[in-house]
Amino acid sequence: MRIDKDLVAASATPLVLGILAGGELHGYAIIKRVNEISGGNMEWSDGMLYPLLHRLERLDLLRAAWARSEAGRRRKHYFITETGRAALAERQGQWEVVADALRQIWNAAQHPVPATTRNA
Amino acid sequence: MEPQAGLEAQIAIWRVFLARRQVISSTDLDELEDHLREQITDRKASGLDDEEAFLVAIKRLGNLDAVSREFAQEHSERLWKQLVLLPEGAMGADTGVTLWRELTVVISLAVGAGLALKAGFIWLGDDDALLRNLGLLVFPFLGAYFAWKRRLSASTVVVLLGAFLALAVVLNVYPFVPGGSTWLLAALHAPVLLWVMTGLAYVGGQWRSDSRRMDFVRFTGELLIYFTLLGLGGGVLMGLSFAMLQLVGLDLEPVMEAWILPFAVPGALVIAAWLVEAKQNVIENIAPVLTRVFTPLTIVMLLAMLVVLTTTGSLLNVDRGLLILMDAILILVLCLVLYSLSARDPMTPPGFFDAMQLILIGTALAVNAAMLAAMLARIAEFGFSPNKAAALGLNLILLVHLVRAIWLGAGFQRGSRSFASLEHWQTQYLPVYGLWAVVVVLIFPLAFVFA
Repeated sequence: MRIDKDLVAASATPLVLGILAGGELHGYAIIKRVNEISGGNMEWSDGMLYPLLHRLERLDLLRAAWARSEAGRRRKHYFITETGRAALAERQGQWEVVADALRQIWNAAQHPVPATTRNA
Repeated sequence: MEPQAGLEAQIAIWRVFLARRQVISSTDLDELEDHLREQITDRKASGLDDEEAFLVAIKRLGNLDAVSREFAQEHSERLWKQLVLLPEGAMGADTGVTLWRELTVVISLAVGAGLALKAGFIWLGDDDALLRNLGLLVFPFLGAYFAWKRRLSASTVVVLLGAFLALAVVLNVYPFVPGGSTWLLAALHAPVLLWVMTGLAYVGGQWRSDSRRMDFVRFTGELLIYFTLLGLGGGVLMGLSFAMLQLVGLDLEPVMEAWILPFAVPGALVIAAWLVEAKQNVIENIAPVLTRVFTPLTIVMLLAMLVVLTTTGSLLNVDRGLLILMDAILILVLCLVLYSLSARDPMTPPGFFDAMQLILIGTALAVNAAMLAAMLARIAEFGFSPNKAAALGLNLILLVHLVRAIWLGAGFQRGSRSFASLEHWQTQYLPVYGLWAVVVVLIFPLAFVFA
């Protein structure tokens, strides 16, 4: 299933923050994690992750540090800040409201309200 | 080719391709490259060969234009802030060290030039001697910077030092008659020679190469722009300090004349040279714009002068000062032509602007011819003097330059000549000005018995 571009964009920030809340990672590992938890359904264009990470870093939701990979290459690790955790909590609240509203809509669509009660 | 080597080559090409986008910095490239390599390793682990793994990894990175647009949105400042002289940690410790070392050398040379000039002010009390030696005091520091930067061979350094010392001896040992004109001519032409020497240091000994000479032309133009900008900035600072100190009743002027200017002006020259070296393409983008703005304006100016020259009645009455000024204007025209040539893409076919250049050279030629007529008339009437001979010589050199330039330019416009031949001629002719300066500095005083 292909996920709509706007939806991917909207969920990218909470996803990244949520993944990093579990511990510091570098870009490639974040992408891998997203693929795992979405069962490969959320196809990100890998290159787009980095501008997003840089933006979150600038907003002080993330910090970054350079380290070395096993192969000895320079690698940038990202970890979440306190501000980031607060932002994540806030986003989580927002998404729960949206998800809850959607769930009610889906339920209502599956069990349409009988016409008689509407007329009463 | 070994498969591993092929993959490395592909990654290198990809990196170079991406590096052209100035919104993606070299640290971003490191990050993306690490990502790409991990993706390739994972793909290979699942059975793909090098080529396939590379292609999949590239595809997964996504459309590069879209990615760079995202980078540009996040880092829009990178489109502006290109002049990073000391990148922070980006290039590893070694580059940082060399940059700091360079900065130390540059600042020492700038201070050295200031000290030399100050010493000149103190010890060469009289104005004539000071004027003769002004260039000698400042230019060696610029030359030393390039000698250091280009790691000049010992033989080149010896030749340059020899030429410099010879010039210094001639300027100070010749028994010039005070108030005569040969000393002033020598003093005015000495900077040309010093500039040629600076050029030799700049091209790192490759003085035969056309493209290195053209680089020096570019450098000269950009140095002027940077120097002017530094001067403007310095002027604003000085003006503000002046105003502030005046309010508290202090007069900055004596300090400025005695200390600030003798250090600021030569210092700015050295710093400007370093800036041009440090980042060659920040102002380069504006040079073609400037030449395009000023070429039509200069044509208008030259036409006005032509009218003035031809309507003042007898050419004999044309003032000597005007003639000298006109020489300066013609040199400016040549600089304009030369600089727009240096900024032009050699691959593009002749266009509207090249035609404009031809008109510019044509009007300059007309002005030059009118001046030559005026000069010859004056010489016929009053005989030769050092000033007239110097002006006549320069005029003839300019005439040859302009005639040949218009000839080749017209050929290029018609398509019968290549742009390279135009460029070749311009760069080949440049040393003639240096030779003429040698004649004026070295031979004129002897020929006119130091009058």
